[in-house]
Amino acid sequence: MITKIKLPAVPQGLAIGAARSANRLSQKLKRGGGTTIGGLVLNCLRPTATSEMSKAISDGIILVSGTNGKTTTARLIRAALNACDFRVVANTAGSNLERGVSNALLDADKANIALFEVDEAALDGLMVKTKPRVVVLHNLFRDQLDRYGELELLVDRWHTAIAQLPTTTTVVYNADDPGITYIASKHAQTLTYGVDDPRTDRGGLPHASDSTHCRYCDTPLTYDMVTIAHLGRWSCNKCQRQRPKTDITATKVDLHGLAGQRLSAITPQGPTEISLRLPGLHNSYNALAAIACTSALELTLSDVSTTIAKRRAAFGRAEHIKVSNVRVTTLLAKNPAGANENIHTILLDSNLDSKGHIHLLLLLNNRTADGRDVSWIWDVDYELLLNCNRLTSLTIGGDRAYDMALRFRYAGLDTSRIKVLMPIPAAFDAAINSANTHGGLYVLPTYTALLELQELLTKRGLTTAFWEDT
Amino acid sequence: MSPTAAGSQTCADTTIGAGIKICHLYPQLMNIYADRGNIAVLRHRMAERGLKSEVVEIGLTTPIPDDCNLYYLGGGQDRDQLTVSEDLTAKAEPLLKAAANGAVVLGVCGGYQLLGHSYTSTKEFIAGIGLLDLETTADTNRLVGDVVAEVTLNGKTQIVVGYENHAGRTHLGPGCTPLALLQQGHGNNSNDGGEGAVSGKVLGTYLHGPLLPKNPWLADTLLAWALEHARNPVKLTPLNDQLENAAHEVAKTRTRRKR
Repeated sequence: MITKIKLPAVPQGLAIGAARSANRLSQKLKRGGGTTIGGLVLNCLRPTATSEMSKAISDGIILVSGTNGKTTTARLIRAALNACDFRVVANTAGSNLERGVSNALLDADKANIALFEVDEAALDGLMVKTKPRVVVLHNLFRDQLDRYGELELLVDRWHTAIAQLPTTTTVVYNADDPGITYIASKHAQTLTYGVDDPRTDRGGLPHASDSTHCRYCDTPLTYDMVTIAHLGRWSCNKCQRQRPKTDITATKVDLHGLAGQRLSAITPQGPTEISLRLPGLHNSYNALAAIACTSALELTLSDVSTTIAKRRAAFGRAEHIKVSNVRVTTLLAKNPAGANENIHTILLDSNLDSKGHIHLLLLLNNRTADGRDVSWIWDVDYELLLNCNRLTSLTIGGDRAYDMALRFRYAGLDTSRIKVLMPIPAAFDAAINSANTHGGLYVLPTYTALLELQELLTKRGLTTAFWEDT
Repeated sequence: MSPTAAGSQTCADTTIGAGIKICHLYPQLMNIYADRGNIAVLRHRMAERGLKSEVVEIGLTTPIPDDCNLYYLGGGQDRDQLTVSEDLTAKAEPLLKAAANGAVVLGVCGGYQLLGHSYTSTKEFIAGIGLLDLETTADTNRLVGDVVAEVTLNGKTQIVVGYENHAGRTHLGPGCTPLALLQQGHGNNSNDGGEGAVSGKVLGTYLHGPLLPKNPWLADTLLAWALEHARNPVKLTPLNDQLENAAHEVAKTRTRRKR
């Protein structure tokens, strides 16, 4: 690994020059958008570069982290900052380790504020290096355990790192997540958000729920309401701890399938109502996090609301395209909590469509960025799709397509109904063919499968390359 | 497309014929590596053959029944493992009795460690139930990755594939032997080439993925033993395992290619 080579620190200007050249070279060789390599070179030549460049950002640094929703939340915050005339630097292409952050800072000459989505395992290090003005802690679900070890280890690391933050930092956190609350609630300056609409109650914890026991006394938590995975209105009967009072609260969430939703919230600046173009309860949380973060930055609520109402889904997050008369909706699914939310959204969407057919394409890769361990698919409640009796066709592709096929075989689906084609282009074409008769196609890819799909669609002129995404 | 339920509370198939009773221990706490997949495989492979299976789920404070034919204990995080240890060691008697009478026991990852004498994590000492003669101590670095190993059971040798992710280093005493010999991966302690442990019909392993979907032979071996224990020794008819075999091959070749 290049990062392990020890060299004497190179002067900042020289290191930055070398990093920029690396990016230009990478773009010229078409190896990517130059979203990572420069940062890698920079951190290697001058390990202190991230802190030094962070200090130069006059209005401070914002970090957004959590298992799910980082990209969308950061996009919403960024749009609001732009609308309020900030000059924002951000790691927009999802390159969210330290190298992606420092790479983005290479282009921060004119910026007065920086906004970074940060990988869960990189957050503690980056909090120390960037001394952020605001940190958004969104959620922690089981994900890529082969990289992170246990979820508990991440909770401990975040807890320790938050305790070391300057008191001037505002910690914006999701109070519906008991694990996140444990991590953040003792900090001097906090701002909390959560969902209060009883209609969003799923009626009980799903199979894949993680922080379900009290952090202080190990008692199983009691829930008045469960929204996503272990998120909800929780309390501990033994030590009386409970979900804190929320500063930004969703009082009404009306979900309209993939078309979006109407969100009513109470904030310190008064109530707001937003028609979001982003679907699903997970996006209600993303919007709340964005409102809370911009509230911590003292932006005007009406500006924020108007701006986030206009935002469309990020790359692969409920993006629609049309392929030979089939509406194709891509929903990134890389862990149980996220995949379950996608399934709920699909069910709601297909229910609204009177034809009610679900054509499904699942793309399962297990490369490094996906996590090598594919066991997570057994924690996803795919049974919900089978139980609804609207699943008309199922096509499976990707390196580990057969693992996914087994998941459905043992959920009770007749194997003759499962089409397996490992190469992603072949699987995509087969799925489009199946969907041609009626209804839309829902695609649930893992991260690298999404990149492959995107490349395929770009080649066919159906969409644009990911580093052009803004 | 109609499914059978996976992971519901207590569920009995209404198929006719011989049957077994499965005890799923701590499904809410010990489920970190998709353990419900193993239960789904066991139940489904019974149902496809017209055989009955009933699953009893046992959580904290509920007593363990002594009349089950197969006991399953999955993987958990250190914190949950400690909670389970306190509960399990206090009420393990019926499980130990059933195992002594030839019931099948399968422990995976954290569940495997709890079947041993003890697990010393980086923070605390966690007592096991001593059903397998082994001890585990955590190290700071985790042993993570794909595993390919050779298992011999009932005089028959087969390759199993799986994934491991554990901080614990397990050392076996004279009372049990390794379940598998490693071809790829770290196994018990990344030192002696052994993976898992077996003593009679008590099995422990670090392999998840989950373990049984890609290793249908192992699933059927456990089911045959459980049926024997239930005094229903039925010859298991072969099933169409095309998908299983394809997934097994992919896991095996991808693991080897990586080296």
